[in-house]
Amino acid sequence: MNVVGKPRRRVDGRAKVTGQTRFADDFALPRMVHLKLLRSPHAHALIESLDVARAQAHPGVHLVLTGKDFPVTFGILPVTQDEYALAPEHVRYVGDPVAGVVARDEQTATEALDLIEVRYHPLEPIATPEEALAKPEPRIHAYGERGNIHRLQAFQFGDADAAIAASDHVFEDIFFYEGNTHLPIEQHACVAALDADGKLTLWSSTQVPHYVHRALARVLRMPASQIRVIATPNGGGFGGKTDICNHELVAAKAALVLGRPVKICLNREEVFYMHRGRHPVLMKFRTGVTKDGKLTGMHLQTLVDGGAYGSYGVASTFYTGALQTVTYELPRYQFEAARVFTNKPPCGPKRGHGTPQPRYGQEIQLDKIAERLDKDPAELRLAMLAKPNSLTANWLRIGSIGLEQCIKTVVERSDWKNRYRKLPQGRGLGLACGAYLCGAGLPIYWNKMPQSGVQLLLDRSGQVTLFCGATEIGQGSDDVLAAIVSEVLGIDPYEVRCVTGDTGMTPVDLGSYSSRVTLMAGNAAIQAAQKLKSMLAEAAAEDLEVTPERISFANGRVSFESHSLTFAEAVVLAEAKFGTLGAVGSYSPPRAPGKYKGAGVGPSPAYSYTACVVEAQVDPRTGWITIPKIWIAHDIGRTINPVLARGQVEGSVYMGLSEALMEEQVFRRLPPKLSRALVHKMPSLLEYKSITSLEMPEMDTVLIEDPDPNGPFGAKEVGQGPLLPVPPAVANAIHDAVGVRINEIPITPDKVMRALEKKAKGEAPRVGPERFPDVPYPQPLIVPPAWEGGDGSEVKRHDAAAVV
Amino acid sequence: MRHAQLALSVNGEAVETSVAPYKTLLEVLREDLGLTGTKHGCELGECGACAVLIDGEPQLSCLVLALECEAREIETVEGMARGAQLHPLQAAFADLGAAQCGYCTPGILLTAKALLAREPRPTPSRIKEAISGNLCRCTGYQQIVEAIEEGARRMDDERRR
Repeated sequence: MNVVGKPRRRVDGRAKVTGQTRFADDFALPRMVHLKLLRSPHAHALIESLDVARAQAHPGVHLVLTGKDFPVTFGILPVTQDEYALAPEHVRYVGDPVAGVVARDEQTATEALDLIEVRYHPLEPIATPEEALAKPEPRIHAYGERGNIHRLQAFQFGDADAAIAASDHVFEDIFFYEGNTHLPIEQHACVAALDADGKLTLWSSTQVPHYVHRALARVLRMPASQIRVIATPNGGGFGGKTDICNHELVAAKAALVLGRPVKICLNREEVFYMHRGRHPVLMKFRTGVTKDGKLTGMHLQTLVDGGAYGSYGVASTFYTGALQTVTYELPRYQFEAARVFTNKPPCGPKRGHGTPQPRYGQEIQLDKIAERLDKDPAELRLAMLAKPNSLTANWLRIGSIGLEQCIKTVVERSDWKNRYRKLPQGRGLGLACGAYLCGAGLPIYWNKMPQSGVQLLLDRSGQVTLFCGATEIGQGSDDVLAAIVSEVLGIDPYEVRCVTGDTGMTPVDLGSYSSRVTLMAGNAAIQAAQKLKSMLAEAAAEDLEVTPERISFANGRVSFESHSLTFAEAVVLAEAKFGTLGAVGSYSPPRAPGKYKGAGVGPSPAYSYTACVVEAQVDPRTGWITIPKIWIAHDIGRTINPVLARGQVEGSVYMGLSEALMEEQVFRRLPPKLSRALVHKMPSLLEYKSITSLEMPEMDTVLIEDPDPNGPFGAKEVGQGPLLPVPPAVANAIHDAVGVRINEIPITPDKVMRALEKKAKGEAPRVGPERFPDVPYPQPLIVPPAWEGGDGSEVKRHDAAAVV
Repeated sequence: MRHAQLALSVNGEAVETSVAPYKTLLEVLREDLGLTGTKHGCELGECGACAVLIDGEPQLSCLVLALECEAREIETVEGMARGAQLHPLQAAFADLGAAQCGYCTPGILLTAKALLAREPRPTPSRIKEAISGNLCRCTGYQQIVEAIEEGARRMDDERRR
């Protein structure tokens, strides 16, 4: 390998350090006007009347749009098209947009917002999942299972309850993972404009230009071919820019009406309302274990607080259970989940999408199991690892697993064996593991087309141009694509020009989410590059008078033994022989083995694995937690650029630690005289606490390479998986430090103090949720695992009557 | 509101412009002067993304009125490179992965530059202190701290040459 695996400056590094990367808010076009949105001050209300006359008459105002202008709904998932660009009659959270004002500048637009008169009829807000279960009325949406229950799911992969009942030990624990938000430093922004030919272009800080493209066509009732969406490089995404945003639709509509460019940049408070962040999840784990520490079965129940709209929620809910099977051997598994609507900003996918929450519970419970069985938590896990090239109980196909090496690496580097359970009181070590997808096996909307496409153009100058819909959100997708193409063609990665994330120019790629770009776009890039490579080899072979398979490509030269051409010379020969040179490649994931209804969430071409050891220092007088060091080893399959891969691991550690210790998207009720609205407790960067450089511990990062046959050069994902083990490793380290269990995220000093007080009083030293409410889960879909004679289908049809 | 005449020195160049008097330095840099390298994440002084140097000191340009900057020396990320050659800090940031999305990068680069002007070889903990007002959501800060150390080494080497 000449490029893959070598540490390198990223191809877009220069732009990023000179301030030349053009983010959406950096665009200014002639005649551009500015949009601001009026948002609901009520968490739940009906709009009785909306009068925009005074706003329209305000000097400098060009246009006022309301719900009447947007009769068509949208939503990221085909099954939940439940949002309006501007709410026509029903607002569902504080911040739900109801009108848009376009004016000569932001200040004028903001002034005019105050002139819009809206009369609301407040409805009782639903604040929590418990309330949503208890109060079917008022309904937040007219669709869903019933009342305020959005979605119920239940699966039985083997009779887990029987297996648990027959086990030597049974563990039952309830955990809660509070919601939190992505907090990209770049606020969402977009500019919409009509091109000279009358077509619409939208530049937007989105991770998913293809889905925005589809939504614009639907909502604006225009042919998609008349719309171009350009994803500007994102100033951080983390999942927060993977949904269709109201402001994108309103800006586009305004540009169509006014015939001039329209810009909007959300302010920081509005970014908190846009949200689509981590779902708060309450979880109950019942797990059976043999006396020698093997899992016999697990029964997991989750209750997911969805907020006000569907967003990715149906998928997020599946993900609270789908990946519990891919790390450890689990012969039987039952999973039940419910997502409810509440009157808060909608939740969606944040780094790890639905899986960090159950991972937190599972890895803490394993720590408890090790404690009860008097086993070392690392040894316990090593003895139960899932096998490579195997099927899980829920019919996921696992490829390579480098988890054993990950665990051994962090154990050795942290001196675990000499320090775990042996450090002085107040100091402790905790271990946890995780696993994640390398791209979702199925696209969001059902189709048989590839999930990713790459086009390459070569011309006689030797220039290589790559076109791909993948979106650069900071993770380095352009760099990955340039590296892969240059590896195949034997050139320098800086020779490749990347044109990405532009629905008007690039082949479709579904976007930067679910850790899919390296594997999917990477494979498409290999395919395209190999087609060109064989043309170049054939042309060069003629010139060098050898057979094409003897031609090699390296260091910018196309060679046979000591005879060689420059890459550009080879291109000239090939262009003369074949005509204009271009090639396309595409990628579709392998067919997943599961065939049951619901089998679509969880399959992936490959799974990444991570192990982590956290060291914690807890002050028993204040509960204050300090994290001096974190060791992490991530099975990346194959590293494309170690500089960037390490950055992804460390960024994940940071985000996981910040969630573990402080981040929370929480709400409070205003007093009745102030409308009882549910308002965000702290929609600002100062009040919403996140870790700074001062709290960030030293990180010892190791990349483990267990190549997966489905990955490009064996590569797997690195952007999300390393977050997963961090929060439970923190909890386990706190237990080792002071002997208390905090079964709730975030782990704050007051919770530690409460647990220490309980411990001092001789009570169970545990803080976290005490009960799991009655959830009307339906009869489970029965899907026998392969080892119980299953074929991947359900044996009994979903009993629809049981749902009602 | 009547516009005010404003004479600034930005990246060593005298600039004259006429702006609304309530505009912040951030707004004037980005909107009136087209210097969009300076970013914003909150416009409330919470994130550090808009940091620029005013008379060599890092300041949050979202909290400073442009009119207050009359006759003061302002440096933005656009002024860091020497011609086409990157400043050693910029080169180190690009080489060592200190810029992922690149959005907080300009503010951190300038904060680091001011630090190195005072302390040419700071310890990692001094670096962490200096950038503690600059939020970064991508990196976990470690590669940023390493890049500032590396930038300091490269600047030292340049001085010796």
